[in-house]
Amino acid sequence: MTAQALIQVLASGLLMGLIYALIAVGLSLIFGLMDVVNFAHGEFLMIAMYATFGLVLWTTLDPIVVAPFVVGLMFCAGAFVYVAVVRYAMRTKANAGMVQIFSTFGLAILIQGGAQYFFTPDYRSIKTSWLGGHTLDLFGIFLPWPQIYGGLISIAAFAALSLISRTDFGKALEATREDQGAVALVGIDRNKVFAIGWGLGAALVGLAGTVLAIFYYIHPQVGATFGTIAYVTVALGGFGSVFGALVAGIIVGLVEAITALILPPTMKAVGIFALYLAVVFFRPSGLFGKL
Amino acid sequence: MTDSTLTSLKLRGDAFIAKRRRQLVVAALVFAAVACLPLGIRDVYLQNVLILTLLYAAVSQSWNVLGGYCGQISLGHALYFGIGAYAASVLYVNYDIVPWFGMVVGGVLSAVLAVGLGFMTFRLKGHYFAIATLVIAEIGLVLVHNWDFVGGALGIQWPFGQDSIWTLQFARDKVPYFYFALGLLVVVWLVTYFIENSRWGFWWRAVKDDPEAAESLGVEVFRSKLAAAAVSAFFTAVGGGFYAAFVSYIDPESVMSFRFSLLFALPAVLGGIGTLWGAPLGAAILIPLTEITRSYLGGSGSGLDLIIYGALIMVVALAKPEGLLSLFTRKSGGKA
Repeated sequence: MTAQALIQVLASGLLMGLIYALIAVGLSLIFGLMDVVNFAHGEFLMIAMYATFGLVLWTTLDPIVVAPFVVGLMFCAGAFVYVAVVRYAMRTKANAGMVQIFSTFGLAILIQGGAQYFFTPDYRSIKTSWLGGHTLDLFGIFLPWPQIYGGLISIAAFAALSLISRTDFGKALEATREDQGAVALVGIDRNKVFAIGWGLGAALVGLAGTVLAIFYYIHPQVGATFGTIAYVTVALGGFGSVFGALVAGIIVGLVEAITALILPPTMKAVGIFALYLAVVFFRPSGLFGKL
Repeated sequence: MTDSTLTSLKLRGDAFIAKRRRQLVVAALVFAAVACLPLGIRDVYLQNVLILTLLYAAVSQSWNVLGGYCGQISLGHALYFGIGAYAASVLYVNYDIVPWFGMVVGGVLSAVLAVGLGFMTFRLKGHYFAIATLVIAEIGLVLVHNWDFVGGALGIQWPFGQDSIWTLQFARDKVPYFYFALGLLVVVWLVTYFIENSRWGFWWRAVKDDPEAAESLGVEVFRSKLAAAAVSAFFTAVGGGFYAAFVSYIDPESVMSFRFSLLFALPAVLGGIGTLWGAPLGAAILIPLTEITRSYLGGSGSGLDLIIYGALIMVVALAKPEGLLSLFTRKSGGKA
């Protein structure tokens, strides 16, 4: 294989990895804030993809233009899920971990069923968009524009996240994560911070959804595929670590691209999963996780 | 120690033994009543639902050994179910070995694998463990998909043959399957019943409640988890072998997909984890409900059955975190 072909593979892997990081970071953020794993995370992605598809169809605007609306919508959806479901799951004393897992799993199945009911199990795709189908020729290396756009969006989102920690809200978030009881004493409403945290997490995965909708098929099960990758990414990077999600996302993208070179395409996930297992075997809390 | 405390201890011991005996009597009555069901239910569709209910009750009870008693939430038990199904199918279809033996082979393979994987995963805590089990099962699914020896994506079709108890093939009458599934449930129930009060049983509950404290009191935490995983995997695989014989055709998705991992955990979670009757009760509610909604509402892929299924899981998890069994039991022990 030529060096050029290798660079081609690594560059596509890197771009996809940045998108994986964007999908995963919301999950990690929510866990870091309140120790809850949202097993409906992939379904949030699916909702965002359908929302993008629907808005594009309805307004005939480009997916990039409707993206802010979808992200806003997802913020509300995330906050709503916290208020309507997770808040109650956190109140239980008996089997707390189990209740969190299964209440969000139930939600995931409910959302999948809802998508099937309203949109049918058919595969859909956005036929025309500014970026769809176009590639960039960079000295003989071909990169699809939607993926480049996704990579850039992801970098921008991570930059914005690192700035948020300097704002008042970022400080409130950090304080709530440190000590949920003490923040109440300084007048921070814990429930409000959690709701905004869920909104933010859903908005981030929603942003990834608006990107994926440009070049990926949209169907009720699409969340399951990306959901599993998101859990692996977060566990690999360390639950709760934003930086870990970025690094792990890139690693996952690169490993997936390399695996696809060596193994048959149906087995491309094996490389990621094996790497993940190898890492957690030596570092049970992931690369950047706190124990 | 005074005489009176000795007497009260002895009384408490007697009460405990009486309670254990009562549990056995109740179990005998319940299972006997269930055994009479086929006398009244002749409809093949309903018999199918009953068989699946008993099978999932048994497998969920096996999951309960690791997930409920020992507190290690596995989201990857479909792996062991699949190994059992594939072991029985490959041995029967390729080598003419009766499924009775194939199931046990699958069980032993699964138990060994569970111990091996346990060395890797039992250092992980909480969500990290759950996700690792999910990922391992996914790897297994992909590998089986690409393994031509076991039929790859096409799967394995059991040949049509004479009805026989040896090959577990009954084309005309489903009732023998019913009794096999019931037998499996009784065996798994009895195993849990006896383990519950053995040293392992106490160790498992200690590991579940507080691993650090248990360790400091001399409980071998790691070995306890390995033992629970082995028992749990063994019976899950036996259930998988039976399932293969029952449906006569398996492919990777139909025995190893994540759907099954969830299906094995849910009855125990709905009924009450770490209890003798939680998984059977959960299965008795969940399986008929999902099977019937699926055939009446989900036939066209409308998704209504999934909506009901998902909503049910959420409502029960949120409304009754201890499981539905807690509706029936009084606060046992009282002052004890």
